[in-house]
Amino acid sequence: MSEKIGSVMIVGGGIAGTQAALDLSESGYKVYIIESSGSIGGVMAQLDKTFPTNDCSMCILSPKLVQAGRHQNIEIITMAKITGLEGKAGNFKVDILKKSRFIDEEKCTGCGICAQECPIEAIDVFNEDLSISKAISVKFPQAVPLYYSINKEKCIGCGICQGVCKVKAINYTEEDHEINLNVGSILLAQGFDEFDPTVLKPYGYGKHPNVVTSIEFERILSASGPYSGMVLRPSDGTIPEKVAFLQCIGSRDCHHGKEYCSSVCCMYTAKEAVIAKEHQQQVNPTIFTMDIRAYGKDFDKYIERAQEEYGVRYIRSRIPSIEENPVDHDLILTYESEKGEIISETFNMVVLAVGINPPSTSKELSSNLGIELNEYGFCQTRPFSPTQTTKDGIFVCGAFSEPKDIPESVVQASAAASHVNALLSSVRNTEITKKEYPEEQDVSGEDPRVGVFICHCGINIGGVVNVPEVVEYTKTLPNVAYAESNLYTCSADTQISIKEKIIEHNLNRVVVASCTPRTHEPLFRETVKEAGLNQYLFQMTNIRDQCSWVHMHQPEEATEKAKDLVKMAIFRVQKNRPLQELDLEITPNVLVIGGGVSGLNAALNLAQQGHSIYLVEKDEKLGGFARNIHKTIEGYDVQNYLNKLIERVKKHNKITIFKNTNIKNLAGYLGNFKTTVINEANNETQELEHGVIIVATGAVENRKNEYNLEENSNIITQSELELMLQNKKDIKKKQRIVMIQCVGSRNEEHPYCSRICCSEAIKNALSIKALNSDCEVVVLYRDMRTYGFKESFYRKAREKGVIFLTYNKIDNVKVNDKNRNMIVTVKTRFGENFIIESDLVVLSTGLISPEGTERLSKMLKVPLNDDNFFLEAHVKLRPVDFATEGIFLCGTARAPATIEESISQGRAAAARAMTILAKDVIHSEGVTSSVDEELCTGCRICIRLCPYNAIERNELGVAVIREALCKGCGLCAASCPEKAIIVKHFEKDQILAELTAFGGEYIGV
Amino acid sequence: MAFKPKIVGFLCNWCSYAGADLAGVSRIQYPPNIRIIRLMCSGRVEPFFVFEALKQGIDGIIIMGCHPGECHYMSGNYEAEIKFNFIKKMLNFINLSDRITLKWVSASEGIRFAKVVTEFTEFIKTLGKSPIQKSKNNSDLIFSLTAMQQSMNNYRMRVLMGRKRKITEQKNVYGEKVSIDEFEELENKAIIDEYNRERISLILKKHPLSVKNLASSLDLDEKSVLDYIVWLRSKGIVDVDKIQGLTPYYISIQED
Amino acid sequence: MEFEPKILGFLCNWCSYAGADLAGVSRIQYPPNLRVIRVMCSGRVDPVFVLDALMKGLDGVLVLGCHLGDCHYIDGNYEAESKYRALEMLLENINLNDRINLDWVSASEGMRFADLVDEFTEKIKSLGPSPISSSTKDLKLLDELQAIKRVFSNSRIRSLIGRERKITLLENTYGETIDFEKFNKILKDALDSEFYRSQIYLSLLKKSASVKDISQEINIDKTLVFKNLLMLRQRGLADVAGVDGLDPIYKAL
Repeated sequence: MSEKIGSVMIVGGGIAGTQAALDLSESGYKVYIIESSGSIGGVMAQLDKTFPTNDCSMCILSPKLVQAGRHQNIEIITMAKITGLEGKAGNFKVDILKKSRFIDEEKCTGCGICAQECPIEAIDVFNEDLSISKAISVKFPQAVPLYYSINKEKCIGCGICQGVCKVKAINYTEEDHEINLNVGSILLAQGFDEFDPTVLKPYGYGKHPNVVTSIEFERILSASGPYSGMVLRPSDGTIPEKVAFLQCIGSRDCHHGKEYCSSVCCMYTAKEAVIAKEHQQQVNPTIFTMDIRAYGKDFDKYIERAQEEYGVRYIRSRIPSIEENPVDHDLILTYESEKGEIISETFNMVVLAVGINPPSTSKELSSNLGIELNEYGFCQTRPFSPTQTTKDGIFVCGAFSEPKDIPESVVQASAAASHVNALLSSVRNTEITKKEYPEEQDVSGEDPRVGVFICHCGINIGGVVNVPEVVEYTKTLPNVAYAESNLYTCSADTQISIKEKIIEHNLNRVVVASCTPRTHEPLFRETVKEAGLNQYLFQMTNIRDQCSWVHMHQPEEATEKAKDLVKMAIFRVQKNRPLQELDLEITPNVLVIGGGVSGLNAALNLAQQGHSIYLVEKDEKLGGFARNIHKTIEGYDVQNYLNKLIERVKKHNKITIFKNTNIKNLAGYLGNFKTTVINEANNETQELEHGVIIVATGAVENRKNEYNLEENSNIITQSELELMLQNKKDIKKKQRIVMIQCVGSRNEEHPYCSRICCSEAIKNALSIKALNSDCEVVVLYRDMRTYGFKESFYRKAREKGVIFLTYNKIDNVKVNDKNRNMIVTVKTRFGENFIIESDLVVLSTGLISPEGTERLSKMLKVPLNDDNFFLEAHVKLRPVDFATEGIFLCGTARAPATIEESISQGRAAAARAMTILAKDVIHSEGVTSSVDEELCTGCRICIRLCPYNAIERNELGVAVIREALCKGCGLCAASCPEKAIIVKHFEKDQILAELTAFGGEYIGV
Repeated sequence: MAFKPKIVGFLCNWCSYAGADLAGVSRIQYPPNIRIIRLMCSGRVEPFFVFEALKQGIDGIIIMGCHPGECHYMSGNYEAEIKFNFIKKMLNFINLSDRITLKWVSASEGIRFAKVVTEFTEFIKTLGKSPIQKSKNNSDLIFSLTAMQQSMNNYRMRVLMGRKRKITEQKNVYGEKVSIDEFEELENKAIIDEYNRERISLILKKHPLSVKNLASSLDLDEKSVLDYIVWLRSKGIVDVDKIQGLTPYYISIQED
Repeated sequence: MEFEPKILGFLCNWCSYAGADLAGVSRIQYPPNLRVIRVMCSGRVDPVFVLDALMKGLDGVLVLGCHLGDCHYIDGNYEAESKYRALEMLLENINLNDRINLDWVSASEGMRFADLVDEFTEKIKSLGPSPISSSTKDLKLLDELQAIKRVFSNSRIRSLIGRERKITLLENTYGETIDFEKFNKILKDALDSEFYRSQIYLSLLKKSASVKDISQEINIDKTLVFKNLLMLRQRGLADVAGVDGLDPIYKAL
């Protein structure tokens, strides 16, 4: 009974749960996802776009959902909840109640005929009550898993669906039933509920039809939403010319028990305003807010674009109530302008930016599992371990522990996975099954039979390109055996239908015309593989990103272009050859660059799983920037934590620490890196072999001589203040301390927000007040960005008498330090002038990337963003990965972050690395070069050109390609004088086929 | 009807193709004339493809890669640039070099991508239709382009292109560095010679001609033609077909 | 000239038709305005037939079947009743419900037959000529009838009516019975919403229009028009054709 079990239960199938499921299943565990609704995807599936890149939410999420849905070692149990728990960490027995769908999941194909014929119209949950769906329904068209279910409350039992169901999947007698599972660990990822604004009567939500919540508005914006992406208002379907967005509805609101900040509303509102404008030029958005909390990576830039490019108007005001004109349903808002005038303004529509609440089921769950909740009803976590619940073996990630955005949730998902890894590594690979593909069909010698699938992508493509016309055209092309269009070619149901069509029409080549192959090619290749075709007999063409989206006002030309692009792909796919992938062995060691909080956590976690770690620190001490921080805003002792962590790292026999050490040279590739490190103290070098790299090089304080910082000892930085606070006497003497925020942040040189300074200032202000309550503390700020639960400390600071004055531009804050008592003058946002005498001025100077970052980025061949921080593979869904395989990123090297966030990121990077390290071999791409030995003269041009040293001469003097190293760039093939090298999948005749499909006729020489 | 140029873009996967995607995600509009062929690296673009495109009547060709120093494969874009310059020099002979361009676009430059495409499309519009398309009587032009396509694909030219960076930036086999000027002098001569040799060998495939005939139809002086003929004979590419009076007539003996 | 209404009667073969015959055999006199169509069972009377009759300008429609429990086909008259009730609900919306009547006549009730015809004829006489057939032909009413006819051709409505008795009297697929009142409400909502949709669709078939235009044209609240337009759009029957200022213009597909 006490034996550990190599499986994990994940409660909640939103983006966090899905990410954790993928990480853990790739790391050798069996995963069960327990999802309360009918399908996975959570709130992210409801979103139209994501900030700050305006990526289409469904487009980036869908591949992950599909991957989870089709993963051999992930079992998704929908419409289920936990009812009981026994056992302890490593071996839990969980009771689950699965509610009846009245539809047999084994049989349902998701065809939708039942829903079409159902005479009862019920409400559509996914579209937030704005449109109508049937008593029998599926959550959304791309749902994973795609099974219909019957809403028993609406259903009258007429029996029509049973009659029309072709596969006899309807089962009215199905009852709720219990499932018992034995798992080693549980991971909670239920996400959140939106705040229900009906309790805020003065806003008239539910009464005034044109007052909607932000999530309803998100559905309005969505191309697959109720209004097909047009911005219309519910009362009469007209385009609302003036739309007001009200921030902090159910956030930062003590009266309704929602004291905390919901962390995401400022950004999603800016995004909704921008997208609304983009969808409907006539819309003029106005955002009413207290602060603009754009504290994340590249967020401030987004706000700036919203204002400057899209004309989004920001008004600093909290609106207390909404009045409706009952005749035309317009809405009247009354507010105080920055100049102090009372203004009444009429809007056509109001969007309430509702906050994040703990899930309604959290109480029941906490008692069933025996975990604690915090004062707000979110999951209680442990100090310095933001993904651990109060019960061993049960972990938490995503918004269930604190409001957070998508990338933070994804980070936490991987971080929580790292805990599971550490707990269950001894029973890895014991519960899993290997994915079996059908035997690959030999299509050599067959005439090409091409199947073409053309995507509408909602209205993303179909709204511009005449898709049916393209399909008809496609059917006229030679060797096209089948062509169809799909609403979403990437959806789970379409994958099934593609496979069916391959078999039904005996297809041996497949073309998909949809979005970019950069994100979606792997998905379709997998589908083709599952149908028994070699995955390289597939070709994708991009008629969205590079056609419909960029020729929106030229539908005819765009249709012509789409035809050409599809034709080019069809011509090319006929030249494609089946390729085999190569197995790559993995050196199980890890290089961690940087010995700060995130690097230490990553190192320790991987060492605990038995991997040898090389921890390289350029300083003479471990600990990084955290050495300057004494406690967190919550009051936890940072130094105590850090020292213990360093001690554990030092003692671990799997970790080798290199201090005073830099990277001198770096070679190799995923699974097989060779790195030379140099000890700067004694110039000794050492070569290290390892399979993955974790970059954790941190950030440093942006110390510049602003406000005479270097000259005047009474002008100090926040971290110097923190040191001073250790010596209580100094503080006791002070009468007035002025803090200036955003010194060197959010300016031209460093346009980003440093995220931590607001909390640091409040933390230190509270410490001052605790030591010397007579000392006056004035904080001059632009926006107070105490996101999440940190908001309570902002309130506490105001209660303790800390004075907050907001300014617009740093030029409006001047310090005259000629005399012993310094004079700070400030012109506030509201135009008032203050002259403040002060005996200490504290500057919040922000974080910048350390020296040597550029050099390292060049060596690693990974990119930096404009602010000189490392750029992750994808800002939303791959926050700790680099695009280059085998290299990961964490901590403040990525962007400014708190200690707890850095801990999560360090652990997340470790969990991501584990998805590689857990395997003995991984498969490399099939796109490599190969040499025709008969033609090669051994001239060595290719050897010198190859950037990866992947070519060498054999004993016969001819070139051979080391395929594991080859990245398939094709330089050698393009340059070989004898044309003896081909680069597979980018062969000359393949490229010429594409060209000729457009140019007309191949002429040649 | 307004002229709608046909434009082909050869884009590397990592920077410029991603930049094109970003233009899409950001909904930045540009003319719909371009058709993109995705390659892993701009260094994959062989001159052969470019000449083939021109022969097929494509009005403009744009090659895009990562900015120098940002290549996903470290140096592929430098190789692309070398090849591009060779192509450009050759196209100068027939006044078509304006119809090709090489641009660097990063993955974050959606706006730049759209701008580059817009400007190039506008520029091609001012040039008008490709001369291949403009008239049926284009066999001379096809002939020249074929000679270029062939010669740029031959061993010597590929060696020169493939070695240029190594020899001029690092060291040659003697441990010496050849100056870029020195190399380009050689390169320029090679471009002319290989082009002319290819033209001669192509024309002699059709029917036997004398040095005089060749000189006049290819617009070369007789001395050069004779030199080329001697060289081509030594390589076993052409031989004497017959002698009429005092004039030898040559023919290609190369098999296809 | 006195108004002589045109009345159509649908009579079932086994009871009411026989009853009418008996009235004849017994020489019982009744007004001559009735024209009879014989059907095998009153359950055969599709609401669409009744609507067609009304649209042709007939002044009244009488449906007669066997007494409840006496149906030759066991329960065909119950089905007739379900259909009739639904039809009545929608005709009430346009004030035409008085021009139809359902009743029961057995084969032995010649007298009752004559009385029923007499009463109905008198009632129709008092109502006056059908607004469709009168000289000021009510085109709007015709449109509404057309819309109602579409509703009764709709499979959603037909399947609801068809299952009414099973669900409310016997048991549904879960082995439960649904309260008649609850069912009635569901049916009424379904009829009303389908009526709106039909009206909107028919109006769009004539010309593309905005929510505001449609709302004026068919005299339905804008919010309702918009909601039901969305459903038509979802069903692929309507789409946005363009935007006029701030108003999307919809067209029928």
